[in-house]
Amino acid sequence: MGLLSRKVTCNSHGQDSSYFLGWQEYEKNPYDEFLNPKGIIQMGLAENQLSFDLLESWLAKNPGVSAFEKDGKSIFRELALFQDYHGLPVFKKALVDFMAEIRGNKVAFDPSGIVLFAGSTSANEALMFCLADQGDAFLLPTPYYPGFDRDLKWRTGAEIVPIQCTSSNNFQITESALQRAYEDAQKRNLTVKGVLVTNPSNPLGTSMSRNELNLLVDFISDKADMHLISDEIYSGTVFDSPAFVSVAEILKDRNLTKDSESDVGNRVHVVYSLSKDLGLPGFRVGAIYSENDTVVAAATKMSSFGLVSSQTQYLLSAMLGDKKFTRNYISENQQRLKRRQKMLVSGLQKAGISCLKSNAGLFCWVDMRHLLQSSTFEAEMELWKKMVYDVRLNISPGSSCHCTEPGWFRLCFANMSEDTLDLAMKRLKAFVAESTGSRSRRSIHSSGKRKSLTKWVFRLSSRDREQEDR
Amino acid sequence: MGLEIEQPCVELSNIAVSDTHGENSPYFAGWKAYDENRYDEFTNPSGVIQMGLAENQVSFDLVEKYLEQHAEASTWGKGATGFRENALFQDYHGLKSFRTAMASFMQQIRGGRAKFDPDRVVLTAGATAANELLTFILANPGDALLVPTPYYPGFDRDLRWRTGVKIIPIHCNSSNNFQISPQALEAAYQQAQSMNTKVRGVLITNPSNPLGATIQRSVLEEILDFVTRKNIHLVSDEIYSGSAFSGDEFVSVAEILEDRDYKNAERVHIVYSLSKDLGLPGFRVGTIYSYNDKVVTTARRMSSFTLISSQTQHLLATMLSDKEFTEGYIKTNRERLRKRYEMIIDGLRRAGIECLKGNAGLFCWMNLSPLLEKPTREGELELWNSILYEVRLNISPGSSCHCSEPGWFRVCFANMSEQTLEVALDRIRNFMDQRATAKPKIPFRKIITDQAVIDMYSCLLA
Repeated sequence: MGLLSRKVTCNSHGQDSSYFLGWQEYEKNPYDEFLNPKGIIQMGLAENQLSFDLLESWLAKNPGVSAFEKDGKSIFRELALFQDYHGLPVFKKALVDFMAEIRGNKVAFDPSGIVLFAGSTSANEALMFCLADQGDAFLLPTPYYPGFDRDLKWRTGAEIVPIQCTSSNNFQITESALQRAYEDAQKRNLTVKGVLVTNPSNPLGTSMSRNELNLLVDFISDKADMHLISDEIYSGTVFDSPAFVSVAEILKDRNLTKDSESDVGNRVHVVYSLSKDLGLPGFRVGAIYSENDTVVAAATKMSSFGLVSSQTQYLLSAMLGDKKFTRNYISENQQRLKRRQKMLVSGLQKAGISCLKSNAGLFCWVDMRHLLQSSTFEAEMELWKKMVYDVRLNISPGSSCHCTEPGWFRLCFANMSEDTLDLAMKRLKAFVAESTGSRSRRSIHSSGKRKSLTKWVFRLSSRDREQEDR
Repeated sequence: MGLEIEQPCVELSNIAVSDTHGENSPYFAGWKAYDENRYDEFTNPSGVIQMGLAENQVSFDLVEKYLEQHAEASTWGKGATGFRENALFQDYHGLKSFRTAMASFMQQIRGGRAKFDPDRVVLTAGATAANELLTFILANPGDALLVPTPYYPGFDRDLRWRTGVKIIPIHCNSSNNFQISPQALEAAYQQAQSMNTKVRGVLITNPSNPLGATIQRSVLEEILDFVTRKNIHLVSDEIYSGSAFSGDEFVSVAEILEDRDYKNAERVHIVYSLSKDLGLPGFRVGTIYSYNDKVVTTARRMSSFTLISSQTQHLLATMLSDKEFTEGYIKTNRERLRKRYEMIIDGLRRAGIECLKGNAGLFCWMNLSPLLEKPTREGELELWNSILYEVRLNISPGSSCHCSEPGWFRVCFANMSEQTLEVALDRIRNFMDQRATAKPKIPFRKIITDQAVIDMYSCLLA
């Protein structure tokens, strides 16, 4: 029968990676406080569930908005018919104000520079279509969000070349790493069209230093046609110092914006979304911000393929337009994230596990290198499988984020209740105690345990093969 | 914003700078003329009447009434879980209740003559996204899809722009009411061969835009046999299926497949949307229904780039699960559209204008070829220009739909009130009367080429 495109048979959708496999295992055996207390606790999902009550109370106070009312009148028809890819003006205004507020009003965004998309997944892909031809490359610092492999490469045909970051300096981007990545690309005959960073970082949970940002801006400055994309989806989750510095602020401070004579401002683009800060991933609200009119024009046309529902644009225009609400939400949300992160960090400490010092995000970057049988990715996979099947915690292994050092894991803390997080930490502590104990007992029971471990690993790797064949 | 400093042009991708989004076509002048001088019954009775927008505004009251009586559709009910569950729901399988309601709605539209499995429904943000997505899945860059002319202008963008896939036209003409003939199918296929281009499938719109007519069962059977012989795909965009004036006259490819016991069904894919039948283009609700498991799986994964807002899925799941509402809506909507159609056909006939016999959609396919100065595309654009600036009606010229015969125009009738339609028909009658008595030469206005203006209006491609 009929052939399908190469996109169907290639693996760039990334769904065979462990990141998604962990999800699948969780789906088969999900933890529930009453119904399934021994189930797998989901710590691999970067959702923000901490501040829904604030949204719900706003909705309760403003019932007309969901009912398509504006000033007491129904605007259902206008909204139902509104499919203009320039977006609802009142929503774009509310969105740029919200973005500015998150940045302490140190920068302002022009609504005409905003292009709306159904989620940042859609926005990132569209930006790649605008900036890169098939076979061109973007440099990305590792570790990075596993979804980028699909979002940036699958349908665009673009390549990702990693900027290797290491624990030696807390995974910060260095000039030499950047340079090396650029040279790697050239050795592979790839034209580098730009750099894409996530700031604050997923999976690190840290916001970028001014140094790093300046480095990136310098890097693209002297290379014509080199772009910088800053995915700032987690900008509203910065809960601790240092304060968040957006690339927009750097451009303003260095006088490189649209108003200046430099064209650097023309090559820097910000991506945003309400999925993390507001906890609304289901509503599909993403955006590109750019001062480059050509990019905005092209991206706007492309947004036809992923417009935001007008029903949702209207609801959020009212919510984000309520400045009293947004001021309170931003600060309260950050405080709750801070408390929750501290809870995870101290729980890990009690288990003898440390993590990267973080000030943002919905997760921590956890150092489990000392729990590896050997400093290899095979050992990381073994440990991950133990976590999923024995400890029953779905956490994300660093290899799925393209980390160059084995033994790092991303653990989410904002997608569950305090009690569940507490239980997760207890399980982890028990596991560490047991494996430390068993390691010291290994000399006595070594052969038996190794045999069962080998058998178990073999069973699991054949399951992996099945998944890939699918 | 301070000094206008000329910026060196930074390089963007080939896709970004290409023209394949198709939005530079001259007929955007129509949008500008309308926007600058909109008809209003009281405040601007001599303004331009918009007849180029295929929107369905005749049945809003039914939806509004439903929403008034069922507040639970637009809210999340009492108790915390409703809102947060919905807000968190980003599963690309889509809300099960919504998929089920969609499958059932599609079934009802086809009078139960075809069954739809909710697990084969893939959700996308509009049919625009669905068509592009299917093209990514069925074809590689450089391959081609065969599309019968005249076709919806948006296909030039949706099927070709980012996918790199070509459209090869299946030429249809008035000699047989623009039906797709086996000869035309074969000719298009041969054309691809001569261009060394691999054909991946045929894409039809049924009911047709811009013809406003359903495809006959025998023609659908021929098309199915053709794609099977050539071992290629068939995409049937049935976005106007609920807008057939009589439920019996629309035959979906789904029905034929069911009659054939689903033999060779895995090459067939149906696109649907609520933008036309329910008049909700702003809500971005489209679907792909495929009989091919691999296509369903891949389409679902790709739909990550174009998911429907869970808020909207919730609203529509509630509404479309209500059989009393849907049955009443489908029936009433059909009747109202039929009435509108009869009104416009009658009005045009009295003005001496004939249309293609239609039985579906939100528009009619009007024949003004007798009026052309020259039987050419230029002649058609001149006529269109006069209608725009002198009659003050924005209608769509056939050339924008790649029609090979000049002189045909698509005229929408469901995006305005009955009174406005009367006014439009009066103006047409006067125009035709004048033409009969004298032949004034209408000055040819400048066609808009300013990119900024085109950009401003090109979003209205519908």
